[in-house]
Amino acid sequence: MPEASARFAARAARELRRELLVTPLPELGLVAMNGPADPEPELVVDGGRVVRMDGRDAADFDVIDRFLVTHGLDLEIAAEAMALPDLALARMLVDVDVPRFELVRLARGLTPAKLARVAGLLDPVELMFALKKLRARRAPANQAHVTNLKESPALLAADAAEASARGFAELETTVGVARYAPLNAISLLVGSQTGRPGVMTQCAVEERRNLELAINGLVTYAETLSVYGTEQVFVDGDDTPWSKSFLGAAYASRGVKVRFTSGTGSEALMGHAEGMSMLYLESRCVSVVRAAGSQGVQNGSISCVALVLSLPGGTRAILAENVLAAWLDLEVASGNDAIASHSPIRKTAKLMGQFLPGTDFVTSGYSVMPRHDNTFGGGNYDADDLDEWLTIQRDWQVDAGIEPVGEAEVTRVRRRAARAVQAVFEELGLPPVTDAEVEAATTGYDAGDMPDRDRAADVEAADAALERKVSGLDVALALDRRGFEDVARAIVGMQRQRVSADYLQTSAVIDAEGIVHSAVSDPNLYTGPGTGYRLEGARWETLQALPHVVDAASLGTGGGAGAEIVAAQGEALPGTDPAEVVIAVGPAFAGEIRETINGLDHGDVLIALMEGVEEAGGVARLVRIRRVADVAFIAHDGAGLSGSGVALGIQSKGTAVIHRADLQPLDNLELFGMSPLYSLESYRAMGRNAAGYALGRRVGPVPTELDNFARAKLIVRTTLLHARESRAASRGAAPVELSLARPAAVR
Amino acid sequence: MGFDPTIDYPLGSRRPDLVETPSGLALDDVTLETARAGTLVAADIRATAATLVRQAAVARAAGRPALADNLERAAELTCVPDDRLLEIYTALRPGRSTAVALEAWARRLDGWEAPLTAAFVREAAAAYGERGLVGA
Repeated sequence: MPEASARFAARAARELRRELLVTPLPELGLVAMNGPADPEPELVVDGGRVVRMDGRDAADFDVIDRFLVTHGLDLEIAAEAMALPDLALARMLVDVDVPRFELVRLARGLTPAKLARVAGLLDPVELMFALKKLRARRAPANQAHVTNLKESPALLAADAAEASARGFAELETTVGVARYAPLNAISLLVGSQTGRPGVMTQCAVEERRNLELAINGLVTYAETLSVYGTEQVFVDGDDTPWSKSFLGAAYASRGVKVRFTSGTGSEALMGHAEGMSMLYLESRCVSVVRAAGSQGVQNGSISCVALVLSLPGGTRAILAENVLAAWLDLEVASGNDAIASHSPIRKTAKLMGQFLPGTDFVTSGYSVMPRHDNTFGGGNYDADDLDEWLTIQRDWQVDAGIEPVGEAEVTRVRRRAARAVQAVFEELGLPPVTDAEVEAATTGYDAGDMPDRDRAADVEAADAALERKVSGLDVALALDRRGFEDVARAIVGMQRQRVSADYLQTSAVIDAEGIVHSAVSDPNLYTGPGTGYRLEGARWETLQALPHVVDAASLGTGGGAGAEIVAAQGEALPGTDPAEVVIAVGPAFAGEIRETINGLDHGDVLIALMEGVEEAGGVARLVRIRRVADVAFIAHDGAGLSGSGVALGIQSKGTAVIHRADLQPLDNLELFGMSPLYSLESYRAMGRNAAGYALGRRVGPVPTELDNFARAKLIVRTTLLHARESRAASRGAAPVELSLARPAAVR
Repeated sequence: MGFDPTIDYPLGSRRPDLVETPSGLALDDVTLETARAGTLVAADIRATAATLVRQAAVARAAGRPALADNLERAAELTCVPDDRLLEIYTALRPGRSTAVALEAWARRLDGWEAPLTAAFVREAAAAYGERGLVGA
């Protein structure tokens, strides 16, 4: 046993250490990328037939290989693309002069092993750059999760409305109890279209029910089609590439946008990784997704993220899989939904891989409600994290798909959505939504604030709704009858989208005017600085205007009114009293500015300083230095006027220095730089010390506290106060003798 | 005016004249007003095979052959009843169907004038046979 270190113990107690980090174990698939058993990329074609691919002869091809050689590989391109050296391809991925369409074309001829090998050559920043270049749609967007533990329709509608108002392009819900599906889908539809017309919705449930919801026009997209990288896991998932591809076509035939799901780590988790690395198997997955004719994929490890992050290079491998999906020309909803880490630092470090380049959907589900209500088991980022997300967007000038919205607008839209769903339930004969539910959904925190519902009645009503095929049109007409005409029109607008089917193209989202933006109509044409999507103009104005942002011009303007604190008595001249301590104040002190950064009244501060000087046997004298705002010079100028040669200089914000005339201006006897922490007692102690120096006594430094966060908290106010002090300074102006203007009784 | 897949997308905003519902209602008549009047009904709100074929052409013109193939299969499947869709899906799941059963589905798809999907099912049957994924 090593000796116990308190620092090791403190670190071991942190949240991060609840997670297990392990060494790679490739035989179980526990290796993030570049696994020792990953096959060498190869493609042998004989007479137009693939006879060998990635280490396997055609006779040994599993269902994935067979599907890929039939539907995935373009053999004409393959001859050219497979001949390119790995490094040449890797360099093309980050070369601004090689456009996206050329890379996408080449990818049609690359085998999974080749794709994984090339992506494995990129470092994290190169991967981010490649992802930025390869994203299908011009502008990034985001998807929200909307669920709650009580399956409360009012709360679902309110959360859906808020999510839509915040700019999410897609909303996903699910059910705790499967039979709730139609009610949850209706609540999401109503809420989404109340928040913003055009937002797409889905209800993640079993395929038959999902298809029924779609046919009835209650949902517009699905992303529940999982694929896996080994045949055994695919079959254990009760599917094959053919069954999943057929299902994708079946959804499309009913006008449903389909996105498949895959992610690193699932094969290892399901026990049949066949000794291959996670990234190689994911390369097989996304290759199948593309071959199956899906327009996109939800990938980025998704629910297995914590497993991948247990391994060296895990975060990088997840970013690499996003890159592979984008390279294969797929819409990418890039994970970040399942909880990646207990550690906020670690999970946000991981997030940056997708957040900074921007993906089609930066998360596969941002939890707009507190994660406790997230029945997906997600909530990597949730309602409580919104301000952080918005601030990070503002920090980086990056659009990660969420807009700031103020409390008044949020509560307005939540109430309206809850009212709308209340009206729909009543019109359609569903169990009533009470006014108390509307109120709680508008202003409450989570489902814990919601009144309980008769869940047996809800389930029965949901069955009946499915039975009588309650449709999106029924919902629209119900809203129309109850005066929600705009929401009704928005829902009919979504029905219209199902007829034109434009959103079946890659990376489609719908704007508030009903225009579809996809990789066809609005492609990412990024080719370096000055091109592609950049956060600027009105959108940048929107994303920087957080509700709690303070107008800088309004700060530090407090004071300036009220009774005079000091009175000027003419020019200050050098003193002669050897016990004299000059208290030299800055140009704006007790004038234009009337309190310290800590909120202490300048008059009280002066009194404390003077009393301190006098307690220690000194004679206090007040002087205003007008030529400079810097505390060192204020104090040094004061020292030059002081009979003892010692002065205490103080700026308006409260920073103080004890100086002596024979020292260099930037030297000092004591500096008190932690102005936010000082009390009047601190200033009294400073006065005592200044007198001590003046009288030649031994002086112990004034005890000061240290607050390492003071700067982060107050630097803006400091800057503004100092700016006002500097503006009040006048070059060459002579010092002025001051007296306290306050009646002695107050002293 | 004819249809040009390279410029006519999105159909909904650029070429609504080309889109109609299965009963022949024009896309621009999919409105709250027609819903109120009862001329628009829920069962009529879906993409037609013709619209999906056009979307397939858009995807192909945009360099997405696999997506185009999928949308062409989707166009065929518009004629297949809802229940049958799920039955075919189930039949394609591993170990569910004998080669004979899958061939029967392929023939039915031929009957629904869905030759691409029929070929897709036959292709699956062949692969399943070689990988031991056919049912007993």
